[in-house]
This record gives sequence, structure tokens and C-alpha cells, in this order.
Amino acid sequence: MPPALPLLSLLIWLPIAGGALALLFGDRRAGQAKVFALLVALLTLALTVPLFTGLDASSAAMQFGESHPWIPSFDIGYNLGVDGISVALIGLTTLTSVLVLLGAWEAVDNRAHQYFASFLILEGLMVGVFSALDAALFYVFFEAMLIPMFIIIGVWGGPRRVYASVKFFLYTFLGSVFMLVGLIYLYLKGGSWQLADLTALPLDRTEQMWLFFAFLAAFSVKVPMFPVHTWLPDAHVEAPTGGSVILAAIMLKIGGYGFLRFSLPIVPDAGHEYAWVVIALSLIAVVYIGLVALAQADMKKLIAYSSIAHMGFVTLGTFIAFALAREYGYEDTARLGLQGAMVQMVSHGFISGAMFSCVGVLYDRMHSRMIADYGGVVNTMPWFATLFVFFAMANAGLPGTSGFVGEFMVVIASFQYQPLVAFAAATTLILGAAYTLWMVKRVVFGDVANAHVAALSDINAREAWVLGVFALGALAIGLYPKPLIDLMDASLVQLVGQLATSKL
Amino acid sequence: MPPEALKLLVPSADLHALLPEIFMCSAAFALLMVDLFLAPARRGLIHFLALLVLVAAAVLTARDMGGPATTAFNGMFVRDLAADVLKLGVYAVSAFAFVYAKPFLQDRDLFKGEFYALALFAVLGMMLMISAGSLVSLYLGLELLALSSYGLVAMDRENPVASEAAMKYFVLGALASGLLLYGMSMVYGATGSLDLAAIHAVAATPENSGLLLFGVVFMLVGIAFKFGAAPFHMWVPDVYQGAPTAITLFIGSVPKFAYFGMAYRLLESGVGPLDADWRMMVAGLAAVSLVVGNVIALAQTNFKRLLAYSTISHVGFLFLGLANGGPAGYAAAMFYAVSYAVMAAAAFASILLLSRRGFDAERIADFRGLWQKNGPHALLVLFIMASLAGVPPFLGFWAKLEVIKAALDGGLAWLAILAVVCAVVGAFYYLRIVRAMFFEQPEGDGPQLHPDGHVRVAFAVNAAALLVLGVFAEPLLSWCRAAFAV
Repeated sequence: MPPALPLLSLLIWLPIAGGALALLFGDRRAGQAKVFALLVALLTLALTVPLFTGLDASSAAMQFGESHPWIPSFDIGYNLGVDGISVALIGLTTLTSVLVLLGAWEAVDNRAHQYFASFLILEGLMVGVFSALDAALFYVFFEAMLIPMFIIIGVWGGPRRVYASVKFFLYTFLGSVFMLVGLIYLYLKGGSWQLADLTALPLDRTEQMWLFFAFLAAFSVKVPMFPVHTWLPDAHVEAPTGGSVILAAIMLKIGGYGFLRFSLPIVPDAGHEYAWVVIALSLIAVVYIGLVALAQADMKKLIAYSSIAHMGFVTLGTFIAFALAREYGYEDTARLGLQGAMVQMVSHGFISGAMFSCVGVLYDRMHSRMIADYGGVVNTMPWFATLFVFFAMANAGLPGTSGFVGEFMVVIASFQYQPLVAFAAATTLILGAAYTLWMVKRVVFGDVANAHVAALSDINAREAWVLGVFALGALAIGLYPKPLIDLMDASLVQLVGQLATSKL
Repeated sequence: MPPEALKLLVPSADLHALLPEIFMCSAAFALLMVDLFLAPARRGLIHFLALLVLVAAAVLTARDMGGPATTAFNGMFVRDLAADVLKLGVYAVSAFAFVYAKPFLQDRDLFKGEFYALALFAVLGMMLMISAGSLVSLYLGLELLALSSYGLVAMDRENPVASEAAMKYFVLGALASGLLLYGMSMVYGATGSLDLAAIHAVAATPENSGLLLFGVVFMLVGIAFKFGAAPFHMWVPDVYQGAPTAITLFIGSVPKFAYFGMAYRLLESGVGPLDADWRMMVAGLAAVSLVVGNVIALAQTNFKRLLAYSTISHVGFLFLGLANGGPAGYAAAMFYAVSYAVMAAAAFASILLLSRRGFDAERIADFRGLWQKNGPHALLVLFIMASLAGVPPFLGFWAKLEVIKAALDGGLAWLAILAVVCAVVGAFYYLRIVRAMFFEQPEGDGPQLHPDGHVRVAFAVNAAALLVLGVFAEPLLSWCRAAFAV
């Protein structure tokens, strides 16, 4: 029975329409525009609730489906639908968007209405990415996202914002055009853009290899994986706080989501054959990028590198599933790896979003992101210090926080795959603790470093709400991850079945 | 003379098929005469009449649309759905070009009736090319278009840069016409006919294919010259930059319809059976155009010149569709031609809108800080740049998708990959405009928008169309596909 309300369309178009309307408020009524934008974001968040309650998590089928012909000449349809994986990420998107708008309330005074509008439009497009069942529609949302993000970084960013925004745009664009060629090839071969049809399409070895690398080009840039990660530190450092939060919390997840939706089911044999490439790059990300993070003097850059290392776990957990399911026959462990990857994605959404928000809080007061400019913040901002230390612990993977759950699952799964891989991956628990806690030590603890720090005021209620919700999320998943895992379980079981079945 | 004899001389069915062309020709002459007797202060009337002529021609063309393909004058003239769609495109984009041109020409004391007469003659030439059924009618149309274009570029007589551009355009255009004509003479020698259908029949038999192929090479060079495909692109940047911007807008957008029509008639209707040979040549031209256009565009600081090099790269994309050599490829190329014409008109119009008497916003730097001065306008220019770069959901994306599909379908995977890489290079220089508008501070007073209301409305419609036609791409796409029965 079709749902009475086109819920997914509403979730996509409500923020986009709201963003367009917010633009109309103009600079003089920016205050009203902010309230309006926040209301739209809250309404969108409220509309996510029926998505969670109405979803039948015991089924891997795409639900809340909507299907309309869009460009019949191309067989492109406006086909939407979600399963547990999408719903988890959509929930993360709508929640983070509200927090980002709230976080930017006072920080952005230059053309605030356009800033808020950009985030709303971006929110709608991201929900679109997570709910598109048509590859062309997915690509449209995937690419259209670049424009608002480009504007956000370039207009409200730091001193090198122009460089960072162009680099961000071109890297992502270059990766995704290869995917476009791959998708067109699939369409010519199969006559359909529907993900379900593409999954069922038989492909020979060579075709799968080319398609695998086309997808890899698109999603490895987005995740980002070593060695195409270099846009991320620049983009994060220069982006305004909200841009960094959205980028880290959600946009990076689109890369991981793309692997799950495209690479695994559509080209399972090439995925199996070349999984070692991704696994190797993931380990480099975990170990080498972890070491790079240790050397950073800029807080945002440090968190950006830490994001790359943490996302390495996502790709690791995703791609060890091939060998586990096919060579060793451990389908349950393969599922564990994928679950770990997904939990890590959601958890990283909360933690990295929170970390960037924390830096934003400091930056709003001191206008510096350099670790050396701080010291002894705990003396003037005790509440902030409490939360910041909590997030740092979560980032380092402390048991009880969400950071631990995903990493632990991936490490266990990779142990069955290859103990050495597990060993290398587990170093992140040491490295992560080292760079995060060392940063916290230098920023938060010790004596008050200078007069600026002495003049700091603690977080206000608005900031407390933002950080508090992030903390709640990280804690909830850390203490009781079962609902999240159950939500996605049916889809992941199906996915393991798909990647274990050869198409040759 | 009794009516029966007249019928024998020129069958009325032939005249009926040619009605839009006959009307356009008479209207252009009539406008020239009206202009003679009109006081300069009332020249706005000519503008109005010219727009009316385009509307009337559109009605005349649309009247037979959808009907079966017909030929007239013993196959010299062909009317089919492809021709109708292309002609309607010509009228529509020409109308926009006229609206854009009026204040620009007025500001520069170039607002003369000749502009409209020449432009309408150019439109007539394009209509003939699009409907050509023989080498002669095609060549006649091409020359009519070319001569009118030379005249338009040279209209600003006092301006040495414009005169130089006109001279270059003329010399290189004449060379291109000569090469084309030479190729046509070879084709005539090999097939013994000027009629495209007859040539098609002969080309299907392997006899004389050496001589025929020789002719095809020269015809292809002629086509590449006219399109501005590398390595025959030398005239494009100088002419685009030197011509008055309103003229650049016209010659840079509308004739793409006609050149596509010419390429289709010559390559498919004429020497279609030889497609195995010419497809590779077209693919080569596409590859060179993509690389040359995009790489050189990176180094430009003059916006008009940048758009000229971007044209070269877009021609490369269009050739991707032609290189497919099948109906789906022609449909893709036609869709690209239509999309590009709409985008190019909007892109040049964005220059016109920031220009005023004594000042042309030709440099990228002239767009600095536009966002702060006029947000909605900057947003519209962003649409244009995103569409040119091929970012979904704008129109340019679907055009690129269509031609890349055509190339992959034709087994040209290497070309498709080269094309998408070039699209990324292209994105870089389109982003430079966006950067200047959004991220940089205005110089001095910053960019000022032209006060003319008509131009503003036309521009808003044109730029918004890129988004609307992108999100609702189906009608335009299905027209283009129906034209080639895909």
C-alpha cells in the first residue's frame, strides 16, 4: 500500500523550497530568515520521525517508494525509496542540519540568510542522494550538492577559501565524471538506471574491472581515501564551522554509502578481485594519516586528518567483507564488517560534527584555530572543556562511546580476515588517542596561556544544546548500539548475499 | 498569365513547402525598405517588426510540424521534423538575440535598420541550410549566412578591432567556403549528381569511393571550419572578441543550429554510407577540439575570448554525437546544438547586461563582486556557468550525458573518457567567473546592471530556462529524438 504522504519527496523538496524562500528574505531581514530556516529544518527533522517509526527493519526491501517517470526518453525515473541504511543516514542528515543552523546563529553575520539558505538546499540534496533508487537521479543529487558547498566554502570561508573551494569542486567533479561514464555504460548495456536492475545485470570480468575503478574514482574522492584525500584538509580548514560539520558528518558518508550501493552489489567480482587495493589504501589512511594528524598545529586540520583515518575504517570494514564471505565462508563476519562500517559512519557523523563544532565555539571567541594560541581553556570554560574532552575521548575510541563500537567491530572482523590487517587497523586506537588527547591537553589543560584565554566566556545555552545533542548521540550509540544495528541488519544481510554471489 | 500555366512553372506544393523561407526573404527586404523611410527616432518600430517576423515565421514553420517529410523543387529543398525543430530554435534564439542587442546597439550608435535586415538574411540562410536537399541549395544558404555575418561583424566601422575581426572572419570564411566547394566538386565528380539523395545512393556502392572520400575530407574540413572545430578554429577567438558583443552573441549562438543542419545533411543525407570513414575523422576533430578549446581557455582573462575557446570545446562535445553516426547520435548532437545555443546566448547576454555606453564588461575581473551588488543576477550567471560546465540538473548536463552516451554507444569509449576529463578542465574556468562574482570584492563601484527592462527580463527567462529545461528535459529531448525517429 503506498503511503498517503510522499514522505521522501517532502524531505527532499521541503528544505530546498525553504532555502529558496529564505533567499527572498534579503539581507535586511536576515534575522527573520534565520528563524524561518530553522523552522524549516526542524519540520524536516520532525518528518524524519515517521520514517524511523514506519520502516519495517526486518525487510531489506526499499520502502516509502515513490516512482514517477522523469525523462522517459532515457528511461530515467524519479524513483525514491529507503531501507535501514538510508534511513539511518537521512536521520543523521536532518539532525545535523538543525544543529548546524543553530550553531551558526550568531557566528555568521555576513549575509546570514544566504548562508542558511545554502545549508537548507544542501540538506535537501543530501537526503536526495540517500533516497535515490535511480542511478541518474543519484548522480544529479550527488553533483548538484557541489554547488551550494562550493559557495559555502568560498563565500564564508577563511583566508585561502577560494583555493580550497575550487580544489574541493574539481576533485569531486573529476572523480564523479568517471562514474558517470560507467553509469552510462551500464545503461547502454542494461537499458535501465534502476539500481535493482543494475544489481541484477550480468557483467563480465573486464567490464566489472572498469566499472569498479570508475566507482572507486568517484567514491574514494568523496570518502576521501589516500591518496586523493588532499582536498579535505584544505576544505575543512577554510570552510566555515557549519561547512566543516556538514562536510565531515554527512558528505564524507556519501562516499561510503556509494560503495555499499554501487560497488558492492553491481560489480561484486571486481570488488573481490581488487578489494586488496582498497584495503591497502584504507590501512595507509589509518596508519599514515594518523601519523600526519599527530603533526598538525591547526585544530581543524588535525580533526580533518583524523576524519580521513576514521573513514579508513569504513572502507576497510566494507571491503574485507568480500574475502570473508567468499574465501573463508564467514558470512556473519562479513556482515559484522559491514555493520562496523555503517556504525562507524553514523558515529563519525556525530563525533566529527561535534569536534568541528567545538573548534567553531573556540574560533568564534578567539578567531584562531592554532593549538599554540590556546592553553588552560578549562579554567575559563569548564562546561565546554567537559564536552570537548568527552568528544575527544569518543574520537579516540573510548569504550562506551560510539567511536569504540564501529572500530571494534571492524577490527574483530578484520582479525578473521587477516590478523596483520587487524593489527595495523588497531594502531588507530593508539594513534587516535595520541593525536586527539595531545591536542586536548595542549588546548584545554594546563595554566591559562594568555590574556585572550583568560577572557573567554563559557558556552551559552544555544551552544550547549548543539554540543549536548551531539554528545547524546555519541553516547547513545556507544552504550546501546543495538537499535542502530537492527535497523540496518536486514539490508546488510542482503548485501552480503549479493557480494558473495558471482556475476560471472 | 492563367493560373494553370503558373502551376506548371512552379507547382504550388513546392511554394507551400517553402512558405517560411519566402516569407522571411520578403520580410527582410520589406524591413530594409521600411527603414529607409523611417525617422531615426522611430527605429524602435523596426525592432518590433523584426520580432514579429520571427513570430510569424515560427507560425508558418509550426503549421506543418509533425507531418511526413516532404521535398520540393526536385529534391533541392527538404522539410522534415528535424528541419522544423531546428528552424524553431533559430527563430527563438534570434528573437532573444534581437532583444539583447537593442540597448547595446543604441548605446554605441549602431542601432540601424541594417542590423535587422542582415540578421534576418542570416536567418534565411540558416533556414536554407537546414532544409537543403542538394549541394547547391546548401552552399547558397551557407554563403547567405556567411556574407550577412561578415557584414554584421563589420557594422562598427569606426572600431579598428571590429574591422580587423571582420576581415579575418571574411578571409578565413572564404577559405573555408572554398575548401567546402572543392570537396563538393569532388563529390559531384565521383557521383555525377548534386542531389544529396542521389549522392547517398551512389555512395552506397563501392565504386569511385576513393574520389568520393577525397571530397568528403574537404567537406568535413569546411564543416569543421564553420563550426570552429580545432584545428580549424583560428578565427573563432579573434572574431568573438573583436565583434561588438551583441553581434558575437548572434553569430556565436544561432548559427550552431544551421551548422548542425549542414553537417547532418552532408554527412548523413549525403555520404551516410561512408560513415565508417568519416566517423573516425569526426572523432579526431572532437578530440582535438576538446583538448585545444579547454586548455587554451584556461589561460584567458578576457571573458569573450574565454567563451570563444569554450565554444571550441563545446563543438568537440557536439562532434561526439556526430561521431556516433547513427540516428541516436544525430539526436544527441542536435540536442547539444540546441542546448549550447541557449547557453551561449545567455552567457554573452551576461556581458551585455553589465556593459554600458563606453564600457564593455569583457574581462572576467568586471564580474568581481557581482553577488554583493546584485544577488539575483549573480545567481542567474551561476546557472549559466554551471550549465556550461555540465553540472546537473542544468540543461548542459543532459546535453553532455546525451553525447557521451552516443560516443559510448558508437564504441568510442576513449573519446568519452577524454570528454569527461575535458569537462572537468572546463569546470575550472567556468568556476573562475563564479569565483569572481561570489568570492571577490568589487573594483571601484562594482558591476552595474544595465537599466533596460526588456533585456533584464529576457536574460532572466533565458538563464532560468537552463534550470527549468534541465529539470524538465523530457520535451526538448523527445523532440530531438523524434526528429531522427529514435
